[in-house]
Order: sequence, then structure tokens, then C-alpha cells
Amino acid sequence: MSAPGLLGSAWLIARKDLAIEFRTRSALLSALVLSLLAIVIFYFAWDSTAVGAGDLAPGVLWVTFTFSGLLGLHRSFGVEAQDGAMDALLIAPVPRQAIFVGKALANLAFVLGVQAVALPAMVLFYDVGVGAAWPALIGVMILAAIGLVAVGTLFAGLTANTRLAELLLPVLALPFFVPIVMPAAQATAKLLAGRPLAESFAWLRILLAFDLVFAYACMLVFPATLDD
Amino acid sequence: MTPRVEAHDLVRVFGGRRAVDGVRCSLRAGECLALFGPNGAGKTTTLRLLAGLLSPTSGEARVAGVRLPSPEARHHIGLISHRSMLYEALTARENVGFSARLYGLADPEGATDRALRALRIADRADVPVRQLSRGMQQRVAIARAIVHGPDVLLADEPYTGLDEQGATALTALLRERREAGAAIVVVTHHLHEGLALATHAAIMQGGRVVRHESAHGLDPLAYADTYRALVA
Repeated sequence: MSAPGLLGSAWLIARKDLAIEFRTRSALLSALVLSLLAIVIFYFAWDSTAVGAGDLAPGVLWVTFTFSGLLGLHRSFGVEAQDGAMDALLIAPVPRQAIFVGKALANLAFVLGVQAVALPAMVLFYDVGVGAAWPALIGVMILAAIGLVAVGTLFAGLTANTRLAELLLPVLALPFFVPIVMPAAQATAKLLAGRPLAESFAWLRILLAFDLVFAYACMLVFPATLDD
Repeated sequence: MTPRVEAHDLVRVFGGRRAVDGVRCSLRAGECLALFGPNGAGKTTTLRLLAGLLSPTSGEARVAGVRLPSPEARHHIGLISHRSMLYEALTARENVGFSARLYGLADPEGATDRALRALRIADRADVPVRQLSRGMQQRVAIARAIVHGPDVLLADEPYTGLDEQGATALTALLRERREAGAAIVVVTHHLHEGLALATHAAIMQGGRVVRHESAHGLDPLAYADTYRALVA
């Protein structure tokens, strides 16, 4: 008997988390409702004569993704805390990093799922012409989701066993979301404005750099958050 | 023969309080230590130190000769707690199967079936855990803990929530595991069940082991008097 390696264990953990979410659908439904409500509220508060849809939509989109993503991130370690299941994970002979990667994979699927619904809803409500920018826009969504999930998973693990986890997670994670959300919003604005993709490259490079740094650093630091 | 479980002067301090204070023990294959003591005596903390879930402030714990908390040592351990450590949205089979796969068993489905049958819950295997009674959940939790055939079993109040039939089945299962060569540490308030299993008995008070002896020939009633006198 030899335990699966980092990726094998991570896949088992991610699959288990997705199975739980698929059964309960509690966090996904909450995140979708929050996303759609945010889009609708911003829409009715919007004065289209003062601000163009293309100027407003990127901000609405990233505020929506950031806060709806937090719901899923909080849930990811909540399922482990409920009946002490985290102890069973910690006592299994799997690398601690595998827990991080597994949770992050499940969270990535969650955030991408929310984006897959919220992005078309935003396009529909604000009547922004995406045209040929769809593939690039989807690329920005995926890149940003990776960074948000890496940071969010680390802080969700860190705050899971605290009494104020719901409050602490956004307070700790949001400042670290800024370097991800800022280039993502800038690139989204340029794409929605119909600018050539090359104009977004500088922002995409920043986004990619933060993704790599955050994903690697968070995976390294994560085992320390599990220490008693 | 290398002891299966060793504790060398384990100390664990929480905020200046010594929850565990110099605990030593050594268990070989086929031995079982029953750890008794009042609430707050340090029993659960000792068990968590032996499981590698807590790091000792000083001292060290070893399982199968390997210092905790290395993954190699964790391969040998099965942990049963008063908390179920299960995912209530998943079925009993999925919970046990998940654990079997994490331990890299060659035939996780077969091992899962065997564990569920051993705990007499095979007929409820496909029911989500949240729909099971507390006692049935505890049986699933025990199946999860033994699915990989650990040679060290650490049990913290394993009788919690079990009815008489479940408690009898658990005692039989733990005895069977012990006779098959597993070393067992069981933390319990149930003197009768603990002594029925144990080859060694210890009483903890204030983080220290205040009495440690062979359990052979110990009369539970007389031991209960000793226990009350020590922890009063």
C-alpha cells in the first residue's frame, strides 16, 4: 500500500469536495443568487446617461466575482470543520500541500461555475458587445480565478477553525485580491471596449505573474496554517 | 521488537498550562492501553499527540519506530474519535471509500465492503451519513478508521453514541484487531469496556499519568474504587 502522490491525493480531495457541493448545492446556489442580485442591483442603480455600460460593466463584474467567490471559499473548509473531518485528512499519509491543491481545484471549479453564469448575465443586462473578445475574456476570467482561489484557499484554511471565520476570511483575503482584481478589471475593460488584445497584454502579464507567485507561495505556506 | 507506540516524556503546553506533563508509554504488538481520567485530565491531548495531530512542546512520540508526524508513521495509524470525522452529505460507502483511496489501497472497493461488513452496516452503505443515527454514524466512523488495516489504533471515547449491540461489536472488533497484532490506545470513561480490552490500564490526572499497571486480573469494581480515590 502506498498513498497517492501530491496530485493523486489532491484529485481525490477535489473530487470529494465537488461531490459534496453537487449533493448540497448550498454554496453554489447562494453564490449564483448573490451574483445575479448584484448585477441586477447595479443595473437599477445605474444612470446610463452618465456612465457608459462599457465603463461600468468591468467593475460590476469583478465586484460580483470577488464577493460570490468568497462564499465558496468559506464553504471549502467548513465541510472539514463540521464533524472534525479535517483530523481524518491530517492523519492520512498525504502531503499537506495535497490538501491545499485539492481544495484549490474544487474552489476553482466553483468560481468558474459562478463566472459561467454571471458573465453571460452581465452581458445580457448591460448590453455590452463582446463580439470576438469572448475567448480573451474567458482567458482573463480563468487567470483571475486561479489567483483568487490560491489566496482564498490559503486564508479559508487559516480561518476555518476560528470563531469569526465568516468575518476574518474577507478581511484577510480582500487586500490580497487587489493585485488580481485590478489587472483583471483593466483587461476586461479594454476587451469590452473593443480594443485589440495586444493592449491588454501588459495587464495580463501582471495577472499571470501574481497567479504564479500567489499559487506557489500559498502552497508553500499552507502546511504552516495547519499547525496547532 | 520495535514498540508500535512510544511516548517519551511528552509535554504539551497550552497558554502556560501543561495539558500533558511528561507522559511516557510503550506498547508492543497485541497490547492495549486503556487511559482513564476525569474531564480535562489530558487524555485526548495525549491521544492527539500520539496521532501526530498535535506537536509536543517537548518529548517525542513514535509509531512503528518512526517519529511523528511523518507520513510513514501516519500509514500505521487508525483514529477513532467521539466526533464522527465524516462528511454527512456523502454515503457511508463514499466516506469509507474516500479514506481507502487516500491510503492508496490496491482494492479500495473491496476493503470498503469488508470494513462496512465488519461493523454490520453493509445494508446502510448507500445511505447519506446525515440520515443515519448517531450510533450508526459512529460505526461508519470506525469502519473508516480501520479500512486500511492499521496496526496502531487510537480510540478517543469510541463508545460514544453506540447502543449495547454496537458497543459489543466494537469491543469484539478491537479485541480482534489487538489479537491480530495491533497496538491500541483507548481513552474512555467506561471502566468495564476499557478493562475488558486492555492489557494495561492508566489513570491520568492534571496532565500526568498517576497510576499505570497491567490490566490482567484487574477487577473493574475494585479499580473503580481506586479510580475514584485518585481523581476525587
